[in-house]
Formats: sequence, C-alpha cells, structure tokens
Amino acid sequence: MSLTEKIRNGDSRAVAKLITMVENDFQNAQPFLKELHQYCGKAIVVGITGPPGSGKSTITDKLTKHLRKMNKKVGIIAIDPSSPFSGGAILGDRIRMQDLTTDKDVFIRSVGARGHLGGLSRSTQAVVKIMDAMGKDFIFIETVGVGQSEIDVIKVSDVVLLVVMPGMGDDIQVIKAGIMEIGDIFVVNKSDRDGSDKLIAEIEMMLHLIEKEEKWHPPILKTVGTENIGIDVLWKEVEKCTDYLKESGEMFLRRKNRTRKEIFDLFQESWREMFFQFISEERLEKEVERVLKQNDNPYNAVKKLSAIFKENLFKEGE
Amino acid sequence: MKKSRIRVLVAKPGLDGHDRGAKVIARALRDAGMEVIYTGLRQTPEQIIEAAIQEDVNVIGLSILSGAHMYIFPKIIKMLEERKMTDIMVIAGGIIPIEDISELKKMGIKEIFTPGTDTKKIVKFIKTNVAVA
Amino acid sequence: MDYKEIKKAREQWSDKTLKKVLDRFPERKEQFVTGSNKEVKRLYDPLDLEDLDYLKEIGYPGDYPYTRGVQPTMYRGRFWTMRQYAGFGDAEESNKRYKYLLKNGQTGLSIAFDLPTQIGYDSDHSMSHGEVGKVGVAIDSLKDMEILFEGIPLEKVSTSMTINAPAAVLLAMYIAVAEKQGVSAAKLNGTIQNDILKEYIARGTYIFPPLPSMRLITDIFAYCSKELPRWNTISISGYHIREAGSTAIQEIAFTLANGIAYVDAAVKKGLDVDKFAPRLSFFFNAHNDLFEEVAKFRAARKLWAKIMRDRFGAKNPKSIMLRFHTQTAGCTLTAQQPDNNIIRVTLQALAAVLGGTQSLHTNSRDEALSLPSQKAVRIALRTQQVIAHESGVTETVDPLAGSYYIEKMTKEIEDAVMDYINQIEKLGGAPKAIEKGFIQREIQNSAYQYQKDVEDKKRIIVGVNQFESEEETMKDLLKVNPEIEKQQIKKLEEVKNNRDESKVKESLHLLKQAASSDKNVMPFIMDCVKGYATLGEICDQLREIFGEYKDSIKI
Repeated sequence: MSLTEKIRNGDSRAVAKLITMVENDFQNAQPFLKELHQYCGKAIVVGITGPPGSGKSTITDKLTKHLRKMNKKVGIIAIDPSSPFSGGAILGDRIRMQDLTTDKDVFIRSVGARGHLGGLSRSTQAVVKIMDAMGKDFIFIETVGVGQSEIDVIKVSDVVLLVVMPGMGDDIQVIKAGIMEIGDIFVVNKSDRDGSDKLIAEIEMMLHLIEKEEKWHPPILKTVGTENIGIDVLWKEVEKCTDYLKESGEMFLRRKNRTRKEIFDLFQESWREMFFQFISEERLEKEVERVLKQNDNPYNAVKKLSAIFKENLFKEGE
Repeated sequence: MKKSRIRVLVAKPGLDGHDRGAKVIARALRDAGMEVIYTGLRQTPEQIIEAAIQEDVNVIGLSILSGAHMYIFPKIIKMLEERKMTDIMVIAGGIIPIEDISELKKMGIKEIFTPGTDTKKIVKFIKTNVAVA
Repeated sequence: MDYKEIKKAREQWSDKTLKKVLDRFPERKEQFVTGSNKEVKRLYDPLDLEDLDYLKEIGYPGDYPYTRGVQPTMYRGRFWTMRQYAGFGDAEESNKRYKYLLKNGQTGLSIAFDLPTQIGYDSDHSMSHGEVGKVGVAIDSLKDMEILFEGIPLEKVSTSMTINAPAAVLLAMYIAVAEKQGVSAAKLNGTIQNDILKEYIARGTYIFPPLPSMRLITDIFAYCSKELPRWNTISISGYHIREAGSTAIQEIAFTLANGIAYVDAAVKKGLDVDKFAPRLSFFFNAHNDLFEEVAKFRAARKLWAKIMRDRFGAKNPKSIMLRFHTQTAGCTLTAQQPDNNIIRVTLQALAAVLGGTQSLHTNSRDEALSLPSQKAVRIALRTQQVIAHESGVTETVDPLAGSYYIEKMTKEIEDAVMDYINQIEKLGGAPKAIEKGFIQREIQNSAYQYQKDVEDKKRIIVGVNQFESEEETMKDLLKVNPEIEKQQIKKLEEVKNNRDESKVKESLHLLKQAASSDKNVMPFIMDCVKGYATLGEICDQLREIFGEYKDSIKI
C-alpha cells in the first residue's frame, strides 16, 4: 500500500509521517499532497484561538468528546509557541486531552510554531489536508491568539471561535488589536468567575465598532470548559454558523480566498527556491557587501540579480 | 530545503507522581532546540504508544521513581515491537537499581539515566543517537 | 546598645582590616548565596538587628509568636519523636519492620502506603499492576490493616499515616482496628497527612477534583474534633513542595498558603477555629543549607502564629503554635558515593533539631538507589540518637537565637514569604493559584535553575560534579518480593468471598447518598470499612459523585 493509500485508510502512522515530512521537507511532501488533494474539502475546519490560559485546549477537548458521541471523526492541530532562543518547544496541549489519545477516531498533532520554512500557515494548511484526506469530519486548529502569524494560521479555518475568560486584565486589549474581526463565535470560558458579564458587555461594545459586511452577528456564549458546561450549546452555534456560511456563500468565499492565498504562497515559495537555485550565496553576498559599503544601492542590486535570474530561467527553459 | 527538529515524548507511566525530573529534562531538551511533547502523569502504555505514533517522535523518554519499572518498561517495549515501531529510541530515568539497568538495556531501552545525571549528557546522547533527515 | 559606635567601628574595620586582606586575597566567589539563592553577606553584626524588636519578633519559647519554639523547655523536657517512615510489601512484612523499629528505640510509627492505596485503587485494578507493595504497604481492606497493627498496642504508639486523597478511608480503618483491640477512638494518637493541595502542586497522588477534596478534609476536621480529640487531622506539607524543587522561601510560602486555604474552608463551613486548629500540624523538609533551614523553621512558626491570631482570630495558644514534623531532603541524596548521604542526612537532621522540630525522619543512605534496606534504616535512626544524646545541641532551647545571621535571615525569610502569600491572595488564594498553575510554575523555575547551577558548577555536589571517584556498587539493596502482588490479590479475593455482600452493598449505597448530600461522610465510611468494603470500592462510590482530577498544567 502506498503512503497516500494508507492515509486514506486512516493509518495514523502514515499520517504522522507525512505531517513530519510537511514540517521538515515540504518539497518531498508535495507529491503526496498533490495526490491527496482530490480527496479534500469535506472536513469542516474550526479555528480555536484566544489568549494564553483562557482554556482553549479544554474547550477543544470537550467539543471533541461531544462530537465523538455523535460518532464524528476529529483531527486536532495544537500549535504551541516555540522558544525564540533555541527554536525548541514544550508542546503541552495534549495534557488536556489525555482521554482522547487512545480513541482511534481522534488524531492529535502538536506543532511548534517556529521553524516552518514557508510559514506556519502553509504547514498547517497541509496538515489540514492530510487529516481531511484520512477521513476526519471536523478538524480543530488551536493556537494562541496573538501576533500576525497566528492570525494567518487561524485563517486556514472555516469557522473561528475566540475564547476569552474573565479576569484577564489588559489581555482584552491584545484581542482587540487584530483578532476581534475574525471571530465568528465568542466564547467566554470560566464564566463561573466574577466579571464574566462585564466581559460580555465589553465584547458586545467592541463588536459594534467593527463593521462587518456579513449578516452573521457573532454570538457570545458562556462556558465552563472544565465542568463541561455550555459545550452542547456552543456546538449548536458552530453548526448554525457553518450552515449560515454555507448558505450565504461566505464559506465558499473564504475557501476561495484561502485557495488563492495558498497558490500565491506556494508560488512565492517556489520562486524563492529558484532564487537560491540560480543565484549563488556568494553572488548575493557580493551585492550585500557592495550595498553596505555604499558602493551601490539595493535597487541596482536587485536589477543586477534579476538579470542573472532571468538569464538562468531562460536557459532552464531551453 | 530541509529543516528537522528532534521530537521527544516525555511521559510518566504508572502511578508515580514525582515529575520534577521529567519536567527539568523537558525544559533542558527544549533549550537544546528539541520539540518536547509532555503528556502528564499516570499514562498507560497504550496512551504512550498512541501519542508517540501521532506525534511521530524520534525519542520516548520515560520516568519512574516508584520501583514499578520492571513491569511497566518491558510492557511499553513489547508494544513498540509489536507495532514495528522500534525506530523510536526509548530512554528512561528514575530510581533504578544497577542490576535492573543492564536487564532493561538488554530488552531494548537504549540508555538509563539515574538521579544526578547532567542534562547536557542526555542532550548529547539523544543528538548522537538520533538520525534525523 | 550604642549603634553609632558600632557603625563607626564597622567602617573602620571595613576600611582597614578588611580592605588590606581583600586587596591581597580576593574571596572565593563574587557572590555568596544560600541554598535557595538568597544573597549571603560577608558578615552580620548588631547593625543588622537594629530594627528588630526582641519581644515582638522573637520573644520566649512557648509564648507568642513562638519564634523560639512551641514549648518553654523544648528538648530539655523530652526529645522529638523519632519517626522513620516505613512500609513495603504486604501488611505482614511491614508489621515486622514496625516491631523492629519500635524495639530499636523508635518512638512513633510512620506508615508508607503503596501508590494504588494512595490513589484509591485495589491491588487487582489494572492501573495497580507493578505498583503493589512498592513504595509502601498495600492496603485493600480492613483485613490488611488488622494484620498491619497486629501486636502493636494502638493506645501506646502515635501513628502517622502518609495518606491524602483517601485519608478518610484509612483513618476509618485505623479506628476500626483500634476498636477491635478494645481501644476507644478518643485515646488514639497520630496524624494523617490529608493535605490534598500539595498533591496537585507537587506529589501527584490525587483522586478527586479540588472542591470535593476540600469537603472531605473539612468532614474529617469536624468528625475528629468530636471523636478523636488527640488526632492530628492534617499535616500541611512543604516537604514535597521542596522535593519538587522549590526554594526554602517557596516551601514555607506555599505551605502556609495551603494552610490558610484549609482554615478558610473549615471556617466557612461553620467550624470554630479554636476547635479544629489545635489539631493542625505541619511537615517540612530539612535541606542542606544549615543556617537557612534553621531560620526557615523559626520564620514559619512566627508567620503561622501571626496568621492564626490576626487573620483568623484564634485565641487558643494551641491553634496559634505551629507544630511540625521534619524529614531530611530526599532530593539531596546522591546515587554516587552513597555513603556520603549519611553525612548529608546528619547535617539536615541537625538543622531540624536546631529549628525546633517535634518529630523527625532521617533518610537512609541508599534511597537514591532503591527502597531503604534494614541496615541503612538503622544507621538513619542512629543518626538521630547521636544528635539527641551526644551532640549537646539539645541542652538549651533554640541555641542559635541571637546570632546576627540567623535572626536577620529569619526576618528576611518572613518578609519574602509574606510577599508570596500576598501574591497568592491576589490570585484568589491557594486553590486558584494552583488551578492557574502559578505555584507549579514557580517551583519548576526554581528546580530548573538549581539544575543549571549544578551543571554550571555554581553549586558543588560532592561526588557528583566534583570529587568524583570510581563507582562502587552498593550491595544489600532492598527488593520487594515480586510475588506480593499475586498474594495481595488472592487475599483480596478471600476477603470478598467471606463478607456479607448485601451489607457491603447497602453501606456503599448509603455512602454514595451521603456524598451527594451535605452530610458528613465519615460515619458512612466507617460503616463501609467495618463490613470489609474495599478501599477501591469506597473510592469508586466517591468517584461517581465527585468526578476525577486530571493533571492539566502545562510546563
């Protein structure tokens, strides 16, 4: 059986190996992804984001258990930040999903945020495809909601849940800056704590300030993840939202944008590779030195390098 | 272009709750540039194997201080063999008497680190013994 | 004291005597620190204590704030209780070890249970496999407990049981054994650890989530204040927090924060603080840094006295005084050159005695390698006896008081601990701080720092990162009989076959009902154990109502 056949049969080792290949050596993974692409597009991808400590993993865990009761198959991509110094990471989200580990119809993969050549969102998109092709009905992408790269990642999903909790202090400001706009459903987790109503009011106010073209008004729901409170209601809202997105054509539009971005990213990456294929490190270094010493400027340097690039490209064509 | 990172599953099998060592090692491996998947206490062999598969780790690091190692470690090794996962290197740590160490190594545990081991030694051991693409 | 004059003299000393020497012979290190990384000055003198009010801050032993000790005569009256933690294999084997220890002059028993017992599983549970009888004795039912204390008169010994999540069940079994011996509950002396918060923080043998666990604890407080007036209902433990890698300051801070949480819970339940607080006891670690440890114990006593008096309005002096058990630090024992551990243990034990401990366990030299052998345990006990009878440190009360260094450090530790306690208060108290992972992360940071310091040789561990020598393997290590598990399972079956099944079912059913109401569960547990319901069966009833806790704190 080929690797892709194994994946389509739900073989978790094959899936895991291809994911590793995606992370480490995208070029080699491409032929497999190419084959798998035709089987993709069925899974609904749910992004779960929010500040650290808001309970994203717990919500993911509980939603997955909820879906398992309905016999749905689930994939989980848990992204954790990496150390900016060593590039290493402690990926700890699984600790909140211990009971899911031995469930054959759940596949969890922890991903370190750094060290993805071509970007984390490209890797994530490929992992989504692999899990989709292995037959998952729902795929969760879980990541901390700060910074542009995380926002890019979360844009890989069809529906986005934004998880917050009372008593975060200034963290709400972090959310406001950039990611309020992408939340389809707001989850106030740990809502048994003081301040949850105040937080809901704050979110409502902020939502008013954001002008959205869509008719979908993001609901704000209360949960207590650890106690499994509010999970079924939350899932009903996710279903409602996906129904809306499908019917309104918004889902199609989102996927279209995503595909456009994917093509563009891949294109950019392949040109990047070609750049290094055609232009030697020494050649580049030479230009850098010249610009640094004020013997030339970057604009001329690009012109020169472009000329070499084109020349090589034509040669390649012949 | 390629970029590989060593992935390590750090697990506490059995009922033992002493996780100081496991956590210190996890941090040290992270600081050495590895990706460490930490799964918490009271892991069954089945949970450890399944997590190792899904996470496609190069190394499984096990820690037991309760004296149950001669029961639990062989069980994990046997399961790895049954599922043809012997490409994963297994290392272990904890309070493990010398005569048990040689027996466990014969069974297939690559190395055993007792209390007081320098974490740099463990990092070096992993880096020398794991071939990543 | 004329501080002006002293100040002048010190400046003179510093400018002349000291400078001359420093110019020619620089010190060994740029900075000197304690075992907990607190800076140690070159010299302490009266100026360090200029602001210290002796009567308010130090006072007299047996009087508030108990800095100098909880009794006015301390070890001149009687020595601390020498209590070696022991237990392994099955009840018969442990019973033999206890009798041996009592015969050798030990004055109290300390029961170690195996992990299945500590986590409320019977020996035949799938998770128990390989763990039965390993780190302590296996107890499945009252039958095992009867064997464990066979021939030991329970009205004469004081028994400490290291049991937490299922403490109520083991206590009930102990009471039932006493009854069979004809000893009434009111006469029983001893301690259950019963400290669940530190299990979430550092030790890991939890069963239920925090809220119902706290309820079990307050149920025990209430029950014992009526039925077992001489029983220590909890041993609030810093020992394991320290073993997990905390500093001395963190050990005290997190332990006292947990203590505050227990008192808070009991008071909220309507218990009178002076009814239950006299039975609270503590359990600390004695680590390597001799002076820091002594100061730590003194600071802990002072802090608890202030907390109980000022925050909880306790009036009974017994509620206010912090009594504690000490164990030498297991994490300092090395597998390399294990005989050196005897010396480490001696210094640590000395710190506990100079710090005014009420009871003491000294570790055995082979514990970094395996469970302790009988011979090693005897040396450990002899260490205590040498300190008690030969060293002379017991002849006066709190002999280090008045040392500029000790007093200054006592004060510094007190202040640093208060900072932590205030921080934890801001997070909503210890249970919330644990839920958030704050306490766990603080400890992990210290543990990692310590490890790095050792690896960078900023800390020297003799035989480990300096003065290494050819390894000699240690012989005569203790091996637990591998047949124990099978035998224990067989015994369990026998118990189940010889009991009144309908009575067991009924009592378990009633317990479950009580657990889901707000009734005190203790009497119901008593009924269950007397009918030989097993530990696992009892805990399963509670699991159904309370749920189970899962470790979920990221590193």
